[in-house]
Amino acid sequence: MALLEVKGLKAYYRQVQALHGVDFSLDEGGITTILGANGAGKTTTLRAICRMVRTEGEIRFDGQDLTGMATEKVVQLGIAHVPEGRGTFVRQSVEENLQLGAYTRSNKAEIHADIERVYEYFPRLRERQKQQAGTLSGGEQQMLAIGRALMLRPRLMLLDEPSFGLAPLIVQEIYEIMKRIRGQEGTSMLLVEQNANIALNLADHAYLLETGEVVMSGESHVIRDDENVRKSYLGY
Amino acid sequence: MDLFFQLTLAGLAIGSIYSCIALAVVMIYQATDHFNFAQGEMAMFSTFIAWTLLGIGLPVWVAAVLAVAASFVAGIVIERTIIKPVENAPVLNQIVVFIALLMILNNVAGWIWEFTIKPFPSLFPEDLGFHSDLVSPHNLGVIALTLLVLLGIFLFFRFTRVGLAMRAAAANPDSARLVGVSVGWMLALGWGLAAAIGAVGGILVAPIVYLDPNMMSGVLLYGFAGALLGGVSSPSGAVLGGLIVGVLENWVGQYVPGGSELKLTFALILIIGVLMFKPNGIFGLTVIKRV
Amino acid sequence: MARPNPITPVLLIGFLAVVGCAVVLPYLVSDFTTYQFTLALSYAVAMLGLNVLTGYNGQFSVGHSAFFAVGAYTAAIMIEHFGLSPYTAILVAAAASFLVGFLFGFPALRLEGLYLALATFAFAVATPQLLKFDAFEEWTGGVQGIFVPKPEPMIAGWSYDQSLYYFALAITVFLMVVTWCLLHSRSGRAMMAIRDNPIAARTMGINLPLAKTTTFGLSAMYAGIGGALFTYASEFVSPDAFNFFIAVYILVGSVVGGIVSIPGAIFGGLFIVLMPNWAQDLRLQFAWLPPPWAIFGVFLILLIYFVPFGIWGGIERIYGWTRRKIAG
Repeated sequence: MALLEVKGLKAYYRQVQALHGVDFSLDEGGITTILGANGAGKTTTLRAICRMVRTEGEIRFDGQDLTGMATEKVVQLGIAHVPEGRGTFVRQSVEENLQLGAYTRSNKAEIHADIERVYEYFPRLRERQKQQAGTLSGGEQQMLAIGRALMLRPRLMLLDEPSFGLAPLIVQEIYEIMKRIRGQEGTSMLLVEQNANIALNLADHAYLLETGEVVMSGESHVIRDDENVRKSYLGY
Repeated sequence: MDLFFQLTLAGLAIGSIYSCIALAVVMIYQATDHFNFAQGEMAMFSTFIAWTLLGIGLPVWVAAVLAVAASFVAGIVIERTIIKPVENAPVLNQIVVFIALLMILNNVAGWIWEFTIKPFPSLFPEDLGFHSDLVSPHNLGVIALTLLVLLGIFLFFRFTRVGLAMRAAAANPDSARLVGVSVGWMLALGWGLAAAIGAVGGILVAPIVYLDPNMMSGVLLYGFAGALLGGVSSPSGAVLGGLIVGVLENWVGQYVPGGSELKLTFALILIIGVLMFKPNGIFGLTVIKRV
Repeated sequence: MARPNPITPVLLIGFLAVVGCAVVLPYLVSDFTTYQFTLALSYAVAMLGLNVLTGYNGQFSVGHSAFFAVGAYTAAIMIEHFGLSPYTAILVAAAASFLVGFLFGFPALRLEGLYLALATFAFAVATPQLLKFDAFEEWTGGVQGIFVPKPEPMIAGWSYDQSLYYFALAITVFLMVVTWCLLHSRSGRAMMAIRDNPIAARTMGINLPLAKTTTFGLSAMYAGIGGALFTYASEFVSPDAFNFFIAVYILVGSVVGGIVSIPGAIFGGLFIVLMPNWAQDLRLQFAWLPPPWAIFGVFLILLIYFVPFGIWGGIERIYGWTRRKIAG
C-alpha cells in the first residue's frame, strides 16, 4: 500500500476552485515531485494534505483518512511541511526554530541528538545557532526550514519550492543534502517545484499539474525525456 | 529635593501597576492584533472577587492568589467562547465585542457589589521593620511584587516550551500549526495570562484608588498610554512605558499648573502624541503594510 | 460594501408614512412619552453621525460622547452666558462640534482602525474630567453643571415637550435627507471609496486628508446637534452625564440599527431610550434579572455574531428576499 494516496482531490479558496480532481500516490521511501507552472495548483495540493484549505475527495496517509483532521493532528501523524517562503519564525533564534520543530515530541535526549544531526547536515546553521532566524540569508533560511521539518522525525516531508529565490549553487547544495537525508533517514518526500530540471534529478516519480489537473505522470526519466515537457518546462 | 524623590518613587509604584496593564494589553495585541478595551473591567472584576474572598474571612494573600488564578481560567474561557467567533471578523465587529464585554462586566459588578466605594487592604504590612520618608510600604511592595511577576513572565516566555510555542503562535500562526502547535489554545493561554496579570494590577491599585466598578478606567487609559509609548510589539517596552508614564503623571501633577486635575487629559495627550509622532513607540518595530 | 438605497416608490412611501406617524405621535401619547421620543431622536442624530463616519467612511470612533458633550455644553453656555435663544444656540453648537471634530480629524489621519478607536476611547474617557476643570468652571459650572430651561413652545397651544419634539423631529428628518443627498453626491462616493480602498481612492485623485477630516467634522457636528437637543430635553448639562458610556450607547445604537444605513439611526435611538426603561420595568416584576445593560451586552455580542448588519440591514434583506420570491 502506498504511504500517501490522493484520489479525486478538489480544493477551494472561498468560491474559487483550485484543484479539479487530482489523483496521485507516493510509496514509502520514495521521492515524488509535482511540477507545473505558476498557478497550476501545486502549493494548493500540499496545503490540502495539511488541511489548510477546504477540500473534497480522498487523502489517505498510511491508510488513514486525513480529511477530517486539524493541521496539528496531521503533523502528529508524521507529516512535516516545509512551506512556500520557508515559514521560519523570524524573531526566534535558529536553535529555537529547531526546538519548535520537535514541539510534538517529548524525549529531551532524542531531541537534543536530532538537533546535533541537523547541524551535521547543515553546518552553517550550527555557526548561527543563537542568531535571529530573520537575519539569515535565503539559502540558510531554507536549510533551517528543512532542518525544522527533520526535527519532527517525519515519515513524509512536503517541500514547497525549496529552490525559490535561491542562487543555483545554493540550490545544488540543498538538493545534495536532501539526497543524503533520503538515503540516511529514509524519509519519503513530496516535492513541489517550478524548477523542473533539478526536481526531476532528485525524484523517482513525477506528476505534471496544469490548472488544477494532472496532465501527465510517470517515472522521472520518462517525464524528462518527453518532448512536450522538454519544450515547455525544461527549456530545450 | 525630597519631594522630587517621593514623587518619582510613587510614580514608579503606580507605573508598575500601569506596566501590568500595559503588558496584558500588549500580550493580547501581539497574539491576536486586538486591543482589549475590556482589560480594565476584567481586572476590576477580579479585584472584586478578591474582595468577596476577603469578606468570607480569607487572609489577603490567599484571597489575592485565588482571585488571580480564577482570572487566569476566566481569561481562557472568555477567549474560547466570546472572542474566538470574531477572530477573523471585520475590525468593527471585534471592537463591538470588546465594548460589549466591558459593559457586561461593569454592570454585573455594579449589580453584585453596588457602586459604593469600598476600601481594599494592601497586600503589604504597614510595619516593614524600617521606616522611609521617601516611599510608603505599599508602594515599595508594589514595585517589588510587580518586578517579581514580570520577571516570572519573562522567564516563562524565554525558557519554557509552552512559552516558546506561544511566542511562535503569535508570530507566525501558520508555521506554528505546521509544527503541531495548537494555535487556538495558545491564544486562549495568552488571554489567561493577560487576565491574571491584569488582576494583579487591579489588586495592587485598589488600596490606592479604592474599589468600585469604575476604578479601572483611568488606569486602563494609562496602561494603553504606556503600551503605546513602549511600543505595542515589545512586551519589555510596554513595561518600561508603563513605568515612564507613571513617573510622568506624578511630575506633571505636581509641577504643571492644573496638572493634578487633568491627569486623564494628560494620558489622552500622551496617547495621541505617541500615535502621531512615534507610532511604534520608543522600542517598537516598524510595521510595513503591503499594498 | 453597502451603498445607500436609491429612492424607490416603496422607500419613499414608507418614509412619508413613518414621518406622518411621527407627526401625529404627541397627540396620541403622554407628554412623558413624547419627551422620551425626543431623547431618542437626539441620540438618533448622534448615531447618524457615527454611521456616516464609520459605516460610510470607515473611520472608527468609540468616543462620540465627547462631541455630544461639546454640542451640549456649547448650547448650554450660549443660552446661559450669552442669552441666545435655543434655536440659535444649536447652530453655534453645530459649528463648535464641527470644528472640534475637524481638528480631531488631523491626528486621526495617521491612525488606522484599532489605533483610531483607541484614540477616540481616550478622548471620551478624558472628557468628563476636562469638563470639571477649575479654570473653566466659570463657563461650565464645574461639577454642578448648568441648568437649561426647556425652550418656549414654538407655536402657542403646544406643550413644552410637544414643541421640542417637533423641533427635534424636523432636525432629524432634515439631517436624514441631507445625509442621503451627501452620500449620493461625488463627495459621498469619495467617502465610500476611502472606506473600501484608501490607496486606490488616493490614486483616483481624492484628497484623502481633506475628505477624512471633513467627514470627522461632519460626524462630530451631528453628534453635537444631538447633544444640544439632549440638553434641551433634559434641561441640564453636567460633566458626568457625558462619560464614556454615552459613547457606548451611541455605538451600540448605531450597530443595532445598522451602522451602514441612514434609517438605522432611528432604530438605534429608539432602542437606547425605550429598551432600558422596558427592561427596568421587567426587573420590577422579576427582581432576579440582571441590570439592562448587562443583558444588552450579551444581546449585542449575539447580534454581532449573527446579525452584524443590524435592524435596517435585516429589513433590507427580508425585503430583497420577498421581492425575489414574488418575482421568481
